[in-house]
Amino acid sequence: MTDQVLPQVTDLPSTVAALKERFPNAVKDDTRSGYQGVIVDPAHLTEFARVIRDEFGFNYLSSVTAVDYLGHGDHLEVVYHAYRVPSGGKPLVFKAQTDRNDAVVPSLVSIYPGADFQEREAYDLYGIHFVGHPNLKRILLWEGFEGYPMRKDYHEAYYEQETKPFDSRWPGGHVFRAEEYNPFGHNVRYPAGFTLDDYKPVAEEQLQQGMALGVDIMGDPAFRTDRLIVNLGPHHPSTHGVFRMMVALTGETIESLEPVMGYLHRNHEKIGERNTWYGNMPFTDRLDYICSMANNLAYAITVEQMMGNQVSVPYRAEVIRVLMAELTRITNHLWAIGFLLNDLGAFFTPALYAIQTREYILDFFEATAGSRMMCNYMRIGGVAKDLMARIRSEAALINDKVRDMDTMEYLDKLINDRLPRSIDELDELLSESEIIKSRCIGVGLLPAEMAIAYSASGPLLRASGVPYDIRRADPYSIYPELEFDICTRPNGDIYDRYYLRLDEMRQSVRILKQILPRLKDTQGQPIFGGKTSYSIKVPAGEAYGHAENPKGELGFYCVSTGGGNPWRYHVRAPSFINLTPLGEMCKGQKVADVVAILGSIDIVLGETDR
Amino acid sequence: MYGSGILKGLGVTFRHLITTFIDDIQWLGRKRDVEVFQQKQSLANRGLVTVEYPEEKLAVPERFRFTPFLITYNQDDPDYPGKDWCTSCGICAKVCPPQCIWIVRGTDPKTGRPKPEPEQFYIDIDICMNCGYCAEYCPFDAIKMDHNYELASYDRTSTHIHDKARLSREIRYWQSIAPTIAAEEEAARGGYDHTDVQKARKKAGLEPSRPDPLKVKPAEPEPAPVAVAVAEAPAAAPQAEAPKAEAAPAASAAPAAPSSAAADGETPPHPGWIKRGKRWIDPNAKVEPVRRKGKSE
Amino acid sequence: MTNGEINLRDLQHPDIPVPEEMQSNIAVTSLSSLYNWARSRSIWPMLFGLACCAIEMIATAASRFDLARFGMEVMRASPRQADLMIVSGTVTKKMIVPIVRLYNQMPEPKYVLAMGACASGGGPFKEGYNVVSGIDKYVPVDVYVPGCPPTPQALLYGLIALQKKIERQSLGVGASVPWYGGGPSEEVPVPILGPDIVDPRHAELLRKEAQKNRVTPTVAEMLAESAQPESA
Ligand code: SF4
Ligand code: SF4
Ligand code: SF4
Repeated sequence: MTDQVLPQVTDLPSTVAALKERFPNAVKDDTRSGYQGVIVDPAHLTEFARVIRDEFGFNYLSSVTAVDYLGHGDHLEVVYHAYRVPSGGKPLVFKAQTDRNDAVVPSLVSIYPGADFQEREAYDLYGIHFVGHPNLKRILLWEGFEGYPMRKDYHEAYYEQETKPFDSRWPGGHVFRAEEYNPFGHNVRYPAGFTLDDYKPVAEEQLQQGMALGVDIMGDPAFRTDRLIVNLGPHHPSTHGVFRMMVALTGETIESLEPVMGYLHRNHEKIGERNTWYGNMPFTDRLDYICSMANNLAYAITVEQMMGNQVSVPYRAEVIRVLMAELTRITNHLWAIGFLLNDLGAFFTPALYAIQTREYILDFFEATAGSRMMCNYMRIGGVAKDLMARIRSEAALINDKVRDMDTMEYLDKLINDRLPRSIDELDELLSESEIIKSRCIGVGLLPAEMAIAYSASGPLLRASGVPYDIRRADPYSIYPELEFDICTRPNGDIYDRYYLRLDEMRQSVRILKQILPRLKDTQGQPIFGGKTSYSIKVPAGEAYGHAENPKGELGFYCVSTGGGNPWRYHVRAPSFINLTPLGEMCKGQKVADVVAILGSIDIVLGETDR
Repeated sequence: MYGSGILKGLGVTFRHLITTFIDDIQWLGRKRDVEVFQQKQSLANRGLVTVEYPEEKLAVPERFRFTPFLITYNQDDPDYPGKDWCTSCGICAKVCPPQCIWIVRGTDPKTGRPKPEPEQFYIDIDICMNCGYCAEYCPFDAIKMDHNYELASYDRTSTHIHDKARLSREIRYWQSIAPTIAAEEEAARGGYDHTDVQKARKKAGLEPSRPDPLKVKPAEPEPAPVAVAVAEAPAAAPQAEAPKAEAAPAASAAPAAPSSAAADGETPPHPGWIKRGKRWIDPNAKVEPVRRKGKSE
Repeated sequence: MTNGEINLRDLQHPDIPVPEEMQSNIAVTSLSSLYNWARSRSIWPMLFGLACCAIEMIATAASRFDLARFGMEVMRASPRQADLMIVSGTVTKKMIVPIVRLYNQMPEPKYVLAMGACASGGGPFKEGYNVVSGIDKYVPVDVYVPGCPPTPQALLYGLIALQKKIERQSLGVGASVPWYGGGPSEEVPVPILGPDIVDPRHAELLRKEAQKNRVTPTVAEMLAESAQPESA
């Protein structure tokens, strides 16, 4: 695909014009105010997608999601964002609308395999049937669950009010627990007349049924093994949380693998649509809970995009944002490498070293933002607080001088000495180890074309040799003025993913070294250029904002109807989409490698399941 | 040479082993020394890092946030002893992302009009996400984030909804845990006193803000109370904290209440429902947690 | 006495005097104390993380906070070898099924620690349609550690609280916990993934509710209902 001869039209407006010419009746502009892109007739959707991929070079379908416009046209809308990789630029946004009562849209999995899980998610949460999808099953919830929870008319058991703030909290805030107002005292809601008497649950059964068992080698009389389905997870020492894989084996070799997720599906998006715009900020902390600062940044970028010229981020705020984002990248990669090694069997020693270094960064986060992990630090239009003058501890405790150090001095030591030292140490400890090499090299291969087709992003994509980094491809914040290289590795195996993370940490340190003088120069300048009110209104429209998170492209797709709450709040989670090629990567490998391959993708369940 | 990579790696782990011993020998006999502790926790450290909690505690920074608490004037304040700083404006309840703040606005018993004082203030810490928005957006510096993280308890139904009595702390407590921030806030308010008090004093022709009475006459900072004193019997602490039966937040109070409804002569919406505060609830709703069989501990 | 250090004075029975000079060598104690003393210092947690809180749990186990000082360093992946289940994170309806199974598989004595707001009472995600509002709806919890997330030190405080609790448990008939003589303990029935999560213990209640022939009301509907008589 990459060697395809691209047509002359490369800028978006002329692409859209050319497409409209090509599909005179099926493609029209999205004319709603604040919206972008085109609306495609579902009947021509597959053809349209093939054309934009093959003729216009939009080879990377980044995000697929749905919106329920109940009361605003009463239709369901599937929204696609396609990019050109690796050249970058702005996305081509196209949408397909369908009826709420009979929601049917053709599946794009045959053109963009990366749409697989995302379409399943839209089916699960919105009840949109994607015709032609090879495995259309619920993905986050279980088979048998009643209702499509992301639809606007779905109300859960603890539903209180359409949007926050709730009226019951003030001024007559007589406290209660939601359980007290449920007949069962639990967070449950059953259809009318439901009893257990002759109910048969179907969830597990259906999972097994969908299991593709791959080719049948049992016909070979010379070599007979039994086919076996092994269940890894959701409780498993190395599944990085509550992730489950159903693996069909012949002997030790994997025939097919099916990820089963949703064990941490905590309804982030549903709650997000009820929250105020600000209220979502601390919730983004809990998406990829290792990288809360980076999540904050991506969300802030998205809402700032919608607010347009109502907010302007001061320069110092941008500097601090990049500082935090890059420190986060280092913590994440340290964690990822530590736990990849855990998965390989180097139980805990490398992880301990990595966590130890990570603690120093967390100390800084704690002093600046107030919490080690859940920073809630960025605001729409800047950051919450400036750096403290001194990293200082609570006076009441005995150890009152611990870490009483000038903040700049602390950062200076951290960035110029401690972090490079730790990265080098990890390198020395691991990179040349023969055991690691023999376990990792050539295992879990993901070729470049496949990585793009499966919408992989972040280190997973770059380790396959695709130089695509959003910090360069669609720049945000002050990245354009900073010097750094996009690291890539040629082979796309576990070892390359490991090594790429080491390289990226070094690049992050390089960026941080450029940030330090900027921090000194901007001392005392404003850090917030947004609205100071506790509730903000966002102009009607949509926006897709994305950032290069440590795990890949974190995108937020938000729709506003002009109020204080998002109408739609969707998270394009890198951990979720990077799992799409897992099955392919594991095919033909030994079962012992599955865990290592999973570790090398580096997922976090808070983001996978949301 | 095959194996050299492994040897190199082993060298790293061996170096770690040696440095920890060097540290130990270097600090022989000074294990609990503050200076040693600082060295261990600093960036320059190469050896041991362990914080021997609970003997040693890693102090938290001033901005640290755990659960929120409410600020009141000091009890020994000459002019406004124990007065709440909260004006029950409701901003924190509106901004709270998971909506875990409940405020009953105070009313003047004579006129029946709202007055700027909370009658009740609840925070359900089983929902609170420690985000700090309440403290950030409160216009009166009346709610702050506590630094006391030692809150483990044996029972959540009776202790995890913090009521006003549980939440209120004297301002000197805040000044003691976050001196720099408290001083900054004081400067921003234009004096020690609450902004509303300042306005009232101005009206009365007084100096808008008094100097901090504590700075005039220093007093011992109030020690941070602990949710459950671990050494004591677990039942004792919750009982002491249980709020008044009438406004009891927890389900544990529910079964005890039914008499009041009948007495008032009101008809419940469903047979068997009971009244709690101003609302009816279903007593069958099982909020009680699952417990082990056996004599109560 | 909070960490693993052996101090005979802790075991010393308060009513039986031992001469001061011998107290570091001899302790007269009851079987309960000895038993509990040993137990509380060798609690093996299950290696089991759910969400964000799990990261802090791992940080607690790592070198800076070091669970090994409490005899808890052996995180067991198998429930059969674990004494303590640290429920670290949001419990979803999909996940409660395996959690209850794991709990049933743990040998007695077994303890549960609910770490963080989510495990205690649903946390910030409580209102969600797929969230169990508190693990104590299904399994008995010994210690709750509030916070979102609790810092490693807060978790350690909770673990110490658990140790104290274990130390107070008594052996024999009428003991506070079933495994010390209060009779056999029952398995927790495994919830069912139906149209929503179903607790088998609610079978009777379900039948009763089914007669009303309505979709289970939401909190909003119940609130509106419960406010009615007042306005009338
Ligand atoms: S924002 Fe401050 S003054 Fe207003 S109700 Fe909350 S605590 Fe009270
Ligand atoms: S800290 Fe956040 S979640 Fe907790 S009460 Fe304050 S605003 Fe609400
Ligand atoms: S309590 Fe907070 S940190 Fe812990 S799992 Fe829940 S949301 Fe995450």
